[in-house]
Amino acid sequence: MIVMPTLAVFLQQFCNALLLGSLFALVSVGYTMVYGILRLINFAHCDIFMMAMYIAYNLIAVALLPWYVAFIIVIIATALLGIVVEKVAYAPLRKQNAPKISMLISAIGVSYFLENLATVVFTGRPKTFPQIDLFVAGLTIGPVKTLRLCIIVPVVTAVIMVLLLLLINHTKSGMAMRAISKDLDTSKLMGINVNKTISFTFGVGSAIAAVGAILWGLKYNQITPTLGIMPGFKCFIAAVIGGIGNVKGAVIGGLLLGFIEIMAVTFIPSLTGYKDVFSFILLIVILLYKPNGILGEKIAEKV
Amino acid sequence: MLEIKNLYVNYGGIKALKGINMEIPDGKIITLVGANGAGKSTTLKSIMHLVNSASGEIIYNGENITKLSTQAITQKGIVLVPEGRHVFAELTVSENLKIGAYLRNDKEGIKSDIKMCQELFPILKERKNQLAGTLSGGEQQMLAFARGLMTRPKVLMMDEPSLGLAPLVIKDIFNKVQEINREQKMTILLIEQNANAALKIADYGYVMEVGTIGLEGTGDELLANQRVKDLYLGKSS
Repeated sequence: MIVMPTLAVFLQQFCNALLLGSLFALVSVGYTMVYGILRLINFAHCDIFMMAMYIAYNLIAVALLPWYVAFIIVIIATALLGIVVEKVAYAPLRKQNAPKISMLISAIGVSYFLENLATVVFTGRPKTFPQIDLFVAGLTIGPVKTLRLCIIVPVVTAVIMVLLLLLINHTKSGMAMRAISKDLDTSKLMGINVNKTISFTFGVGSAIAAVGAILWGLKYNQITPTLGIMPGFKCFIAAVIGGIGNVKGAVIGGLLLGFIEIMAVTFIPSLTGYKDVFSFILLIVILLYKPNGILGEKIAEKV
Repeated sequence: MLEIKNLYVNYGGIKALKGINMEIPDGKIITLVGANGAGKSTTLKSIMHLVNSASGEIIYNGENITKLSTQAITQKGIVLVPEGRHVFAELTVSENLKIGAYLRNDKEGIKSDIKMCQELFPILKERKNQLAGTLSGGEQQMLAFARGLMTRPKVLMMDEPSLGLAPLVIKDIFNKVQEINREQKMTILLIEQNANAALKIADYGYVMEVGTIGLEGTGDELLANQRVKDLYLGKSS
């Protein structure tokens, strides 16, 4: 049943795993950041990711904007979408001190709303994401034949993650985010503008998801209104595996998931049809042994 | 001057504050003492608008601040050091100080204030790169106090700074409160169960009894008052 791949195939699959893992990481951080600050699983995140793809499609394939202009607009528009979702669907509940479960239901509602909105506006017929040669041209390194994306995606992801960690750990806004995630009332006492910081968090998470969406579209081509669901689940799993609320954890979880999924299929090709199952098995196994996720350890607090 | 006028606060059906009146004049140490559950913390939280008041007004320098956001109230210079310290356990000691100065943009001033806090509490310098959660209770209280000072408050409100601390540490903290009040002319509103220690350093005190102010007077008057002696100071004092 186990098939040993040739070195060339293995290296090729290694690139694919790195690519897929990076894409997962880009979407996972959005889940983990929002969870960190609001203790909310933002189910709408995967649909924000999907909307970003449609926005990109429309700007490039319909409006015929140059790709670099389109990408910038997509990132900004998606960030705004994330902020609007928070303002419309979560902020009013927060203001009334609604229980967390109500916010969760609201998130599920937004998720369905966005999927149906996309169906109405863009129709359910699959669209082909524009292929930009600069990104999807073939690339041959020795025996490995792959796409330029296999280099571009991990590099872009790495750069974004470094910037994100700098933002969180070395700026005032980042400090505010970390403070709010640990102690909301005391953060208010420091004069931190909680609403602004939460909006900012949604904006950043959504903007990073938009980058993920563009790269995802370039790699997998086809977009439908329900496309976000499966990657969304997996990225949420990645965030949980890594320790939800922890950005580094989300990156580790995303990469781990990408590798498991691709490598399982590489070594056991007969299970190709079950590839989605691996993520869930990994989740269960990790949670059995590390219920807080890989980096989700709690620091003891003296009282 | 900070004034509390006829303040009512309800938690569901429970009346936590039933018409509180207080005056906190500039540059004084005012204390609010009383038993557990009397409504002391609620009073401070409603000044900061962390809880909503049912009626009544909070006036600061003639301006009604009752409905302002917590952030806006902090911006006016009213700062609360909350009960139980609430330092940010997963931030370092220096980050905790910096976050106290969140509203400020004067880099030089922040730097010199950090230095001032480190001189006030040398332990904060020794431990500056340590996570605040790893400090002892007394050190955390010092950090919470210093973090409050970093906001450059005009009125500093402290909720039970002596809670769970050793007598020597309490003495140290109370000395620092007096020092800050004397040297920086900072107004202090101190809430304490440890009535004896608080009244000794206070210019004026209020005694809270289940949602109302039962007694008020200068620190010395209250210390000499038979009722206060019986109820809050124990027979021996």
